[in-house]
Amino acid sequence: MSVLIFVETQEGKLKKSAREAASYGAKLAGKLGTDAVAVAVGKIDHSELATLGQQGVSKVLHEENAKLDHFDSRAFTKVVAAAADKAGATVLVLSSTFNGKALAPRLSVRLKAGVVTNATELANTEGTFTVKKAVFSGKGVANFTFATDKKIITVNANSFPIAKGEGSAAVEDFSAGLADSDFGVKVLHVEKAGEGIPLPEAELVVSAGRGLKGPENWGMIEEMANLLHAATACSRAVSDVDWRPHHEHVGQTGLTISPNLYIAVGISGAIQHLAGVSSSKTIVVINVDPEAPFFKAADYGIVGDAFAVVPKLNEALKKYYANN
Amino acid sequence: MKFLVCVSKAPDTTTKITFTDNNTKFNEDKVQWIMNPTDEWYALVKALELKEKLGGTVTTVTVGKADVEPVIRKGLAIGADDAVRIDADDVDAYQVAALIADYAKSEGYDIIFTGKETINYNGFMVAGMLSELLDLPYISLGVKLDLNGNTATVVREIEGGEETLEVKTPFVVSCQKGMAEARIPNMRGIMAARTKPLKVVAAASVDTYTTVHHFEAPKERGNVKLISPDNVEELVRLLHEEAKVI
Ligand SMILES: Cc1cc2nc3c(=O)[nH]c(=O)nc-3n(C[C@H](O)[C@H](O)[C@H](O)COP(=O)(O)OP(=O)(O)OC[C@H]3O[C@@H](n4cnc5c(N)ncnc54)[C@H](O)[C@@H]3O)c2cc1C
Repeated sequence: MSVLIFVETQEGKLKKSAREAASYGAKLAGKLGTDAVAVAVGKIDHSELATLGQQGVSKVLHEENAKLDHFDSRAFTKVVAAAADKAGATVLVLSSTFNGKALAPRLSVRLKAGVVTNATELANTEGTFTVKKAVFSGKGVANFTFATDKKIITVNANSFPIAKGEGSAAVEDFSAGLADSDFGVKVLHVEKAGEGIPLPEAELVVSAGRGLKGPENWGMIEEMANLLHAATACSRAVSDVDWRPHHEHVGQTGLTISPNLYIAVGISGAIQHLAGVSSSKTIVVINVDPEAPFFKAADYGIVGDAFAVVPKLNEALKKYYANN
Repeated sequence: MKFLVCVSKAPDTTTKITFTDNNTKFNEDKVQWIMNPTDEWYALVKALELKEKLGGTVTTVTVGKADVEPVIRKGLAIGADDAVRIDADDVDAYQVAALIADYAKSEGYDIIFTGKETINYNGFMVAGMLSELLDLPYISLGVKLDLNGNTATVVREIEGGEETLEVKTPFVVSCQKGMAEARIPNMRGIMAARTKPLKVVAAASVDTYTTVHHFEAPKERGNVKLISPDNVEELVRLLHEEAKVI
């Protein structure tokens, strides 16, 4: 028996979301009285993988196969499933990243294991095994149970702290014996969307809406994001008219995020927008209209004109970072 | 080319969400059902665009009882040629995927489209499960797709960018914003939809993998603390000292 964690890597490093998933998996393994084993694919040094010991992982299975440097849901599924068999895993933990969520349902079928995506807390193991997640785009919370012996959980970004213990994991080379026919996609190229912090896993997010009047006014929003080391986001109204790129659109029909801080500037707070951001830990709203519905969903609010407030706030942030 | 689009019903986006039966069931009383937005706006319209360009047929498939038919008819009004309803209540992602796979396995579809995820359980699971059940390549979060013979070039969203890839039909793709422009059904479409074929097929016997044990309301936020626009330093202080987020 064991808990198997699929850890994602990027440019030879473990992603932050991988360490969150590893911490989650190790904590769960502790509660179940078993070991936490990780599986990694692609090019990455064993010394980097060994640091998963700090998150409580005892062993890492590593398939270094150049063909796995690009994501292919079918091939990756075979590797993770083979690792699960080898480790005798009864629970699989993945990150709720785009790739993690593409793999989890395939693994579910292959391993005959129920899956709950987007877990927001450690699974409850007292009595019935349940996993909690937000449903109805954040308008409700559901605790799921499994009819299967094996279970798969994907863990949301920023919902589980990274354990920082001592120790080093044993790293073992591993091969699932993939055949050419296991690969279905051929990656032609990858395009980075600028230097900014990717929104899906950002801890801090600065977001703006139609209140900014036009795309030319986003300079102050980007400045605030830079000062805070935050990602930028926007309302659908703004991405619909191409003031901002589609991948910044948050809400019920866009991305659902749960950063530690969400600052909304000139966004009214329509129910479909709130659905995507309401699980943020702290919400700040800046809006000229004191009746804007967003204030009801906020922790801190400033009623004022963004064009006056944001530059002042940026100055205050500069001062703060100069002293801290 | 044969295109299959998985469409699901979902509660209208403005629905107030409540639970009944001791918080074990979603309260469907007075809920207005719509077609799940990303199924309608991106998956269905993309399939229609490909058909208009390359010829072929667009079929929608839905797991649901008769009450879901208005949603299916909307898909026909937007332009699908025909529709299949698999006659069962949808209870979990695995059951839905297994029923669709059972229907689709002998139909020879070239591309199976789904929306990004439903806005009720936000599972992001049916497309992936379906592709494994049918042993097909799967691309999630497609934002662009061109088809040339049996080779498709698909752009998918990745964290912090986009990846362009090539894949041969048949495959499964989940669609999101960028893939297509939503269409509004016109009068002619709505009239035509009434007589387009809607086939009801019996549900195979399949397993269920997960169930909701109980629901909860989301955590309440306290009252908003208002800060004067002339005192933005106070906001910075609160974010640092009270919220501890900077
Ligand atoms: C099916 C469906 C799905 C949807 N999905 C989403 C979704 O996923 N995400 C999403 O965001 N929306 C979604 N919407 C749209 C949503 O209903 C709103 O229309 C949208 O969120 C509004 O965007 P906004 O707040 O930027 O614009 P508006 O509603 O126009 O609000 C602009 C705000 O800016 C304020 N303002 C104006 N000037 C200033 C100033 N100088 N300084 C400060 N504040 C100012 C105004 O008071 C107002 O509150 C969806 C709608 C539907 C029907």
